[in-house]
Amino acid sequence: MLWDAFPSALDMARFQFAFTVTFHFLFPAFTIGLASYLAVLEGLWLWTKREVYLDLFRYWVKVFAVNFAMGVVSGIVMSYQFGTNWSAFSDRTGPVLGPLLGYEVLTAFFLEAGFLGVMLFGLGRVGKGLHFLATCLVAIGTLISGFWILSANSWMQTPSGYSIGPDGRFLPEDWWAIIFNPSFPLRYLHTITGTFLTTALIVGAVGAWHLLRNGANERARVMFSMAMWMTAAVAPAQLVFGDLQGLWALHYQPQKVAAMEGHWETQRGAPLILFGMPDMEREETRMSLEIPRLGSLILRHDWDGEIQGLKEFPPDQRPTNVPLVFWSFRIMVAAGLLMIALGFVSLWLRWRGTLYRTDWFLRWAVGMGPSGLIAVTFGWITTEAGRQPFTVYGLMRTADSVSPIAAPAVATSLALFIVVYFIVFGAGIWYLFRLFRHPPEAHETGAEAEPPIRTAGITPAPSVGRDRRHGAHPEPAE
Amino acid sequence: MINETVAVIWALLIATGIFLYVCMDGFDLGVGILFPWLRDREDRDTAVNTVAPVWDGNETWLVLGGGGLFAVFPLAYAVILPALYMPLIVMLLALIFRGVAFEMRFRAETPKQRLWWDRAFSGGSMVATFCQGIALGALVQGIEVEERAYAGGWWDWVSGFSVLTGLALMAGYGLLGACWLIWKTEGALQDRGRELARWLGSLTLGFILVVSLVMPFLQPEFRARWFDFPAILLALPVPVLVVLLAWRFYRALDESEEAARKRPGPVPPRQVLWHDGVPFFCALGLFLLSYIGLGISMWPMIVPPEITIWEAAAPESTQVFILVGAAVLIPIILAYTGYVYWLFRGKVQAGQGYH
Repeated sequence: MLWDAFPSALDMARFQFAFTVTFHFLFPAFTIGLASYLAVLEGLWLWTKREVYLDLFRYWVKVFAVNFAMGVVSGIVMSYQFGTNWSAFSDRTGPVLGPLLGYEVLTAFFLEAGFLGVMLFGLGRVGKGLHFLATCLVAIGTLISGFWILSANSWMQTPSGYSIGPDGRFLPEDWWAIIFNPSFPLRYLHTITGTFLTTALIVGAVGAWHLLRNGANERARVMFSMAMWMTAAVAPAQLVFGDLQGLWALHYQPQKVAAMEGHWETQRGAPLILFGMPDMEREETRMSLEIPRLGSLILRHDWDGEIQGLKEFPPDQRPTNVPLVFWSFRIMVAAGLLMIALGFVSLWLRWRGTLYRTDWFLRWAVGMGPSGLIAVTFGWITTEAGRQPFTVYGLMRTADSVSPIAAPAVATSLALFIVVYFIVFGAGIWYLFRLFRHPPEAHETGAEAEPPIRTAGITPAPSVGRDRRHGAHPEPAE
Repeated sequence: MINETVAVIWALLIATGIFLYVCMDGFDLGVGILFPWLRDREDRDTAVNTVAPVWDGNETWLVLGGGGLFAVFPLAYAVILPALYMPLIVMLLALIFRGVAFEMRFRAETPKQRLWWDRAFSGGSMVATFCQGIALGALVQGIEVEERAYAGGWWDWVSGFSVLTGLALMAGYGLLGACWLIWKTEGALQDRGRELARWLGSLTLGFILVVSLVMPFLQPEFRARWFDFPAILLALPVPVLVVLLAWRFYRALDESEEAARKRPGPVPPRQVLWHDGVPFFCALGLFLLSYIGLGISMWPMIVPPEITIWEAAAPESTQVFILVGAAVLIPIILAYTGYVYWLFRGKVQAGQGYH
């Protein structure tokens, strides 16, 4: 049969979810941090009255608008995909997870979408204080949104506060226990910190890029300086949060941690495997480069601590793709360590007074631009692939969660998603790079200088002539 | 008993949420549908600018529809979404095209690029609307269910009726878009909106008639609702009101045209001309009546012909937990949504400095 050559409907549905959610999260990972950054910039402008902060606000708000739109439309897909492709999961977990997503919409999405219009188009139409409030509400909205969606995800990792009904449905017993399930608080902290770092590194890279071209650009200096302070302060903290989350995972999901570490045998004084090739058939990690006892020290905070290996668990309880978990984890950690190094070096250069004119460092910062996105993405792959073969950890299998949709249908939708995402978001991301390439200028035109504001009739006339929506380039004549 | 009442409250709330979505995203999708009839670039820019500050919020109601169904009627969510797999996926992709085109068409660097984003915006709006209509038709027509799961194939949604509802919704959203332009613009663009609203109004009314005639023959339960005594007493006012509203709609178009002719110059910024809004509200009224007609047919089914709202309902503690939040938050959301609409009130003038 022709279809035998294709992956199963289940595998394609998994890949489709992985593809769409990975793509989606690139946008909020940047949006969450950027919203808070914009609130800080506007606050600094109102407080210090320095124009440079307003210029930076206007520069980044244009980026925010494009990025936010891409996050919204790719996010709507997610809210429907639970039903279209994971209907058995939805039927059983709906009573518990549904309200968390419902509250996300009610408390966050409406807030963000409602005040985004004011934030983008309202400067000049409402008072400065009210506009600042709108910016803050959008920023708070992004943080609340993260709260609910991470609570839902964490419940799937560490379910609690539920009972199971006679029909197999999960029934809520204690909402507090459901929302603040064991893995949630640290996951929230770790993820939000990750989005702040992601934003800092992108802002830093854009600032560095413009400093390489014109070291005297004050706005580029300010954004670069702010980004480096953030990186220096937060990257080391993120290491601590990550370590704490690892300890929790060891308690609740020892299989996942064993896969992350590449440990097959249970042992005391386990080594830290730096690199190696986890081999699922031979049940060992080949060609491994190890540091003795360090694994136990990190996970148990004890040289002789016992670490369970994968062989401790029956094969159908282990993550289905150990190398993916193992390597994703290493990529995340490597990106994180590079960020910490970047932060430390920035402090040293700042102390020496050469932060803005050390070319090799500026180039390094440009190269680190995507490192936050990389770390966040691979961190998620680690934790999600590590949750397999379950959707609700230990209770509901991925194979039992899928919709009764025929393989050709899933193949069609998957192909459509891939094509559309690459075209549309490819174009969107390309445009983001166009915005980045444009140096931040004095009297930057912002989103509010766009056509809709003219209905207000109070737009300062001189700024109208040259701008085009969001852009500061003159419009080519038709 | 409490649980049954809460389920009814939730059914009404979700129905209201979906209706609000249809009203609000209806006109901004409608603006996209009308693009082929708005050839002038400045008109297109102005038309898009009338919805730019609010479309994000409008689409959030769609997320509430999905999220709300998942939370309160998970069984319905788990049956309907797989049954409507293809139309829903295509709708989501079309909304992506449209949403990104929204941001991008103003940023195009050459006329050719802009043309492509215009096409993405317009095509995305049309396809998304058509798919929503198909989804509605396929749901009303009935979904095959076995043991809490969808039991049909992946092409079951295709039928003459679902294509009919798809086209009907395109006409309807187009009408909303045209009426929105009458309200929010002036001059030549407003004239164009009136012209479009006239024939889209006729088209929409024609579709309402045809769909209403076909509906009772889809399911015996529907027929009983519309033709048996005493149910007919409840149902009869609906078509009567449609006729009255249609008459009011065309009168409002005439009034708005006359007012525009008499107006000496441009409308001052932020001044709301309510008489220009009457056609829009009449069109919304037609949507509301059609929606109520649909509700009369379907009640209390959430997945016809098998699953009622009570069978699909989540346990009481789930429904109550989110009802508490909804009771507090939905009024707040409506308040600030209203505030944003008020902030961006009045006519949107054509942009200067474009050429």
